[in-house]
Amino acid sequence: MSTAATHAIRRAPLLAAYSALVFAFIYLPIVVLVVYSFNRDGVGGFPPRHLTLDWYRQLFGDEAIWTSVLNSLIVATYSVALSLTLGLLAALALDRASFPGKPLFRRLVLLPLILPGIITGLSLLMFAVSVGAPLSLFTVFLGHGTALISVATTELFAGLQKMDRAQEEASLDLGATPLQTFLRITLPNLKLSLVAAGLLIFTLSMDEIAVTFFLIGRDNTLPLEIWGRLRRGITPEINAISTLIFAASVILIVIWFHLRIRAQREAI
Amino acid sequence: MKPAHAIPPSHNVEAVASLLQIRSLAKRFGAHEVLKAISLDIASGEFITLLGESGSGKTTMLRLIAGFEQPSSGEIWMNGERLDTLPPYKRRVNTVFQQYALFPHLNVRDNVAYGLRVTNAPGGEVGARVNDALSMVKMDAFASARPATLSGGQQQRVALARALVNRPLLLLLDEPLSALDANLRKQMQSELKSLQREVGITFLFVTHDQEEAMALSDRIALLRNGALEQIASPREIYSRPATAYTAQFIGQTNLLHAQVHVGSATCGALRWPAAGPDGAALFSLRPEAIRLHGHVANNGGEFRNPENSVDDVRFSAVIKQQLYGGASELLEVNCGGQLLRVKLAARGPLSGMQDFLFLATDAVRVAE
Amino acid sequence: MYSRAYKSIVSVPPLLWVGLFLLLPYGLMLAHSFWIVRDGFLVHHWTLHNYRTLVTNPVYAEVLLRSMRIAASVTLCALLLGYPLAYYLSFHAGTRKEILYQLVIVPLWVSYLVRGYAWKTILGSDGVLNGFLQYLHVTSAPVGFLLYSPFAVILMLTHIYTPFVFLPIYAALEHIPRPLVEASQDLGAGPLKTFWRVILPLSLPGLLAGATFAFVLSLGDFLAPLLVGGASGTMIANIVQSLFGAAYDWPLGAAISMCILLITVSLLFLTERLEKRWSFR
Repeated sequence: MSTAATHAIRRAPLLAAYSALVFAFIYLPIVVLVVYSFNRDGVGGFPPRHLTLDWYRQLFGDEAIWTSVLNSLIVATYSVALSLTLGLLAALALDRASFPGKPLFRRLVLLPLILPGIITGLSLLMFAVSVGAPLSLFTVFLGHGTALISVATTELFAGLQKMDRAQEEASLDLGATPLQTFLRITLPNLKLSLVAAGLLIFTLSMDEIAVTFFLIGRDNTLPLEIWGRLRRGITPEINAISTLIFAASVILIVIWFHLRIRAQREAI
Repeated sequence: MKPAHAIPPSHNVEAVASLLQIRSLAKRFGAHEVLKAISLDIASGEFITLLGESGSGKTTMLRLIAGFEQPSSGEIWMNGERLDTLPPYKRRVNTVFQQYALFPHLNVRDNVAYGLRVTNAPGGEVGARVNDALSMVKMDAFASARPATLSGGQQQRVALARALVNRPLLLLLDEPLSALDANLRKQMQSELKSLQREVGITFLFVTHDQEEAMALSDRIALLRNGALEQIASPREIYSRPATAYTAQFIGQTNLLHAQVHVGSATCGALRWPAAGPDGAALFSLRPEAIRLHGHVANNGGEFRNPENSVDDVRFSAVIKQQLYGGASELLEVNCGGQLLRVKLAARGPLSGMQDFLFLATDAVRVAE
Repeated sequence: MYSRAYKSIVSVPPLLWVGLFLLLPYGLMLAHSFWIVRDGFLVHHWTLHNYRTLVTNPVYAEVLLRSMRIAASVTLCALLLGYPLAYYLSFHAGTRKEILYQLVIVPLWVSYLVRGYAWKTILGSDGVLNGFLQYLHVTSAPVGFLLYSPFAVILMLTHIYTPFVFLPIYAALEHIPRPLVEASQDLGAGPLKTFWRVILPLSLPGLLAGATFAFVLSLGDFLAPLLVGGASGTMIANIVQSLFGAAYDWPLGAAISMCILLITVSLLFLTERLEKRWSFR
């Protein structure tokens, strides 16, 4: 009905062509990667001939890779739990509480987001060494959890801001305690933000290298396992696992995106 | 260089020079026809209002003239040249937007100077013209302020100055007063009217508020579902509405479904002399045209004496409801099953059966 | 509305955690930067030795400068790719906007390592690009400089960070009320002038945010040089990494890290100031 308000979209052919080129640039390596994972003669040369599933077969028999996948999944799951909990509290604190040093706190919480991973990783390494903690998946988990609190905080803070404050006031007015209000009103309102943040943290943890690099013990996470093999040379098996990672990422992001859309639609 | 063919005249051509000619202008959005082949002429120096409900097409028409939409068919001409083929930045038309659209990163002075600067007006001139424009809208003191610090009314004035400083041939105003509160609105209406008289620029004003349209315009073009319902001066459109829609949209009225037979119209218990062909007909009778029989208003409302006159139509009706409005009373009366609204000057509570009368000529025959 | 108990419960745990696992570790790093290594052992002897080394030894300055140059190039290229893309999506994509947006975001979620590895396979002497060029008979022998050079690092990092730069710019462009664009044209400014005078200034906060992100993260990146940088493409973070590894000199590494931290925080401070000045709300 509001047709009069929509303004005409002008065609811009040059800009459209340029944008298409940028898109091509962004997707080219991924396409190459996927295509060559099916190439019998390995990576390199052009054009790829002799398509095969051999590399995938080899991948499925590779114990070390799947152990590292399991490790990554464990770390990621725990990281999501830790980051979401602390991130939720931090978001609530930023939204509702005032205390001395709040600006510093806010900056500190958000710092790992923009600071190069090596710095966060190294400082945590020094911390682990100084308390005598051995490096292991546990230290990796602590590193991920700490670094990714910022992601949770940002997403949940945005969710809190969008929430209608009057709902909580209504709940208190009707006799609910603050705890009941939090469980029955605040959390459900944040449901979509929580899931979206959780998905993002999960993905980032699965892919994390910089911080993990310095906190890893004997057990590898998936990225570090791949990294180790890369140092030894390129095999299309890596293409295969990369393709699988890509496929998993696409699925996750589609889910995330639909959650976002739903969150926007349901927001009043 | 004059175009090879003359611009075809429309029946709306005024005696004064015609500035803008709209010819069979139509606009479709997908399957929805927003404007249906409208033709109209806008005279130079006039204050004309496009009036209509939301969805009537008035905003679309304004955007077509400004250049933000392209017509599906039809033409717009200005001063002997085709207008609709030009992009907005080449038209000698400026717009005052509904939410003012002031540039937040520029102060008031730079906002007003914007149009002059981008069209490379001579540098020395810019300063003087901007100052003139600002003093015209009484915003000189705010020249260095940022739009975010101004109130709605102040922003509106700046938007006006920003448009007028370019000396456009036509100024478009897209419901510029709708965001203001009631008192400020009235004040701005008055200022706009005198401003237009002062600068002499043609104003095309869009609004859904019929009172506003009546107060400001030289002519009102009433749009309904994308078509031109009636175009006339406010007085004419009020006293001689062409259709039932016009009669009801502008002001209040009583719509009487009557049967006309040999110069006499009958509607329920009412009967009055009426010209025109026999058959079913609709009549519009304004509430203020009905008076109490035998009474004279004591505060200057009526100036007819209460004696019988040939053209008076008398009837009796029972008062069902009375709404007090300060200076007036709005009565709802029942005349033998026919409900009528009557507007009288304030006179205290009334009740029961009363005698009323109206002039036969006040019952205007309208189309469906 | 919120009791003191409520506020304490929500603030204390994250405060404690952040203090323990962020503030303390950074503090430790700061402390380490003032210590030294003697005979292969870490000695808690307070000295400015490390910082003096950084200032006097030209190697470090050279690598730092190279890193900043690379980071600046990455930022510039990412902006040149990301801004027009964001502009196209915001102003010209119409109904396809949502889908295209999704398409831009997808690579962000694909593993960094995966994308880096992909470039490695493309740029190598036996790589896809060389094979492609030879297939077309454009070249007859492999082109060497593509891989293991600063060029490769810039290419890979640009690829990584273009979507990162796109995001805040797109958000900023979407926030610009369309009537402002119409008003500009109404007043006589064509599309180019409107972009320069209205759209670009109002998108600056987003541009700044994206640029800072890309610059800082590129500056501190050590993985891309290891994958595709070779000897000539080594960056400052690689030096740090080796100082914490084989070249065992934690204090020196810490000192360099503090420099990176200082650069990052200063840039963040600067952009925050600029954003406040340019945000026009």
